[in-house]
Amino acid sequence: MSAATLPAQVGVSLGRVVRSEWTKLWSLRSTRWALLVSVVAMAGLGILVSAVQMAHWNQMSPRDQATFDPVDTSLGGWHLAQLAIGVLGVLLITGEYSTGQIRSTFAAVPHRLPVLWAKAGVYAAITFVLMILASFTAFLVSQPILRRHHVETTLSSPHVLRAVVGAALFLTVTGLFGLSLGALVRNTAGGITVFAGLMFVLPGITAILPNSWGDSIDPYLPLSAGTDILAIHSDPSALAAWPGFLLFLGYALAALAVSAFLLVRRDA
Amino acid sequence: MIEVRDLSKRYGDKLAVDHLTFTVRPGMVTGFLGPNGAGKSTTMRMILGLDRPTTGAVTVNGKAYRDHRAPLREVGAILEARAIHTGRSAYNHLVALGQTHGIPRSRVDEVIGLVGLQEVARKRVGTFSLGMGQRLGIAAALLGDPKTLILDEPSNGLDPEGIRWIRNLLRSLADEGRTILVSSHLMSEMSMMADWLIVVGRGRLIADTTVEEFVHLASGDAVRVRTPDIVRLRSIAEGLDGVTVKEDLDGDASALTLQGISCETVGELAAANQIVLHELAPEQASLEEAFMRLTVDSVEYIAAPTANGASVGASR
Repeated sequence: MSAATLPAQVGVSLGRVVRSEWTKLWSLRSTRWALLVSVVAMAGLGILVSAVQMAHWNQMSPRDQATFDPVDTSLGGWHLAQLAIGVLGVLLITGEYSTGQIRSTFAAVPHRLPVLWAKAGVYAAITFVLMILASFTAFLVSQPILRRHHVETTLSSPHVLRAVVGAALFLTVTGLFGLSLGALVRNTAGGITVFAGLMFVLPGITAILPNSWGDSIDPYLPLSAGTDILAIHSDPSALAAWPGFLLFLGYALAALAVSAFLLVRRDA
Repeated sequence: MIEVRDLSKRYGDKLAVDHLTFTVRPGMVTGFLGPNGAGKSTTMRMILGLDRPTTGAVTVNGKAYRDHRAPLREVGAILEARAIHTGRSAYNHLVALGQTHGIPRSRVDEVIGLVGLQEVARKRVGTFSLGMGQRLGIAAALLGDPKTLILDEPSNGLDPEGIRWIRNLLRSLADEGRTILVSSHLMSEMSMMADWLIVVGRGRLIADTTVEEFVHLASGDAVRVRTPDIVRLRSIAEGLDGVTVKEDLDGDASALTLQGISCETVGELAAANQIVLHELAPEQASLEEAFMRLTVDSVEYIAAPTANGASVGASR
């Protein structure tokens, strides 16, 4: 024991906690799988759907052909990726609570907040980098396929670049939202339920409300607000692209702030 | 050095820890003893800042745990339920833990060697046996080469060889001048491991003393005496103030247990009355008995008798 070789400047810092969370994230098999699934979904689904659409182009109605959206089609993978990324966000925190790891984590970093910031930062950085690569791949590989019936578009067309980058931004914030809800609920099943409820169930509920109510609530729901940034043709009832996205970011940051407030007060 | 001052923890309407005050000193192994549910784990969690005290405070080496710049350098801890993600390898768990403090990988290899987990360090913790899990817990606790170690029921799940190993490890760490606090609900284990005892029951401090003193405290002055002239001795003893006469525990008809009297007095009385003694000895409760006696009122969950009123396994 007396042979311990420890450098003199041993101590906790935010940078060190970030490195630790980076190691923790990549050293779990489930995390690597979930990230792989979200990359394959985001990059691959749009390409696959583009190819299928082109193969069936001649059977499509003239109306469908006229409203065909090359951006929407090629970036369609976000529908699947949002689930993988949101659920993984929840799990990154709740997995620590369910295994008891959180006590080791907080014993090492008793101020706790650096752990939350590091987890959020590391996860946001990783999802953004992976999703922007996946989003560009989906778009750039799909366009030559769509050229077969001359319905392709380019990055320089209006709003297209915003949508391609926006898919990655939306998915990054979705992951952050899931992580914040996980920190709030601290239980895997509960966290996933709250995440899915806010993202996917609320729109269904507003749909059965009287139209005037539903129409006035719907644009402000997390999913509608967050995906405005992906739209090329603006829907008059929806929020504009950036205000919608910022509202969604606001929801995620609000959830993060509440979970941070509780994190330092609750017993681990 | 751990200083616990007026520490309480309330969960709902239940006071799990009830105004505890004690000090854990360096250079020896301090046993933290009490029945299950006595508040040991809660106290340990409060020492580490994981639970927030309702009243009072704890300092470790002079400061609240959270105010240390390098907490793993001050305290290494193994908590009761395994506190390790099951999906990660032992090696990666230790690396990630060390990275929060800038502890290098060479130190991770060192502690893995120290606890003998080299063979399985790259395997997922979920595949570990209880004993391997405990060794990993100890490796994590030693990672920062801490001045203080807190171990909650460390021999749970260890085989006798593992228990001996842990006992020797704690002994050598204490001899290096470190502060060691080990909890257990088993008196026999503490009697082999600890130099000093802090005994709690229902969240309250029952004793804070050496192992020998604790036994003495619990057994009181009891004397076992055996004589062929038992009837006369009994009548003399029963005539003495403050002395309780009990039948011999082993059921020996020629022996008695006298409480509240010393061997010397019994011997002098026997000589004065010309009673031949075949045996005269101070009766020491075993540590286990001492513990049971002192904590019997503070055991929270006493097993309820079975429906027919008999204890299970008792046959006529």
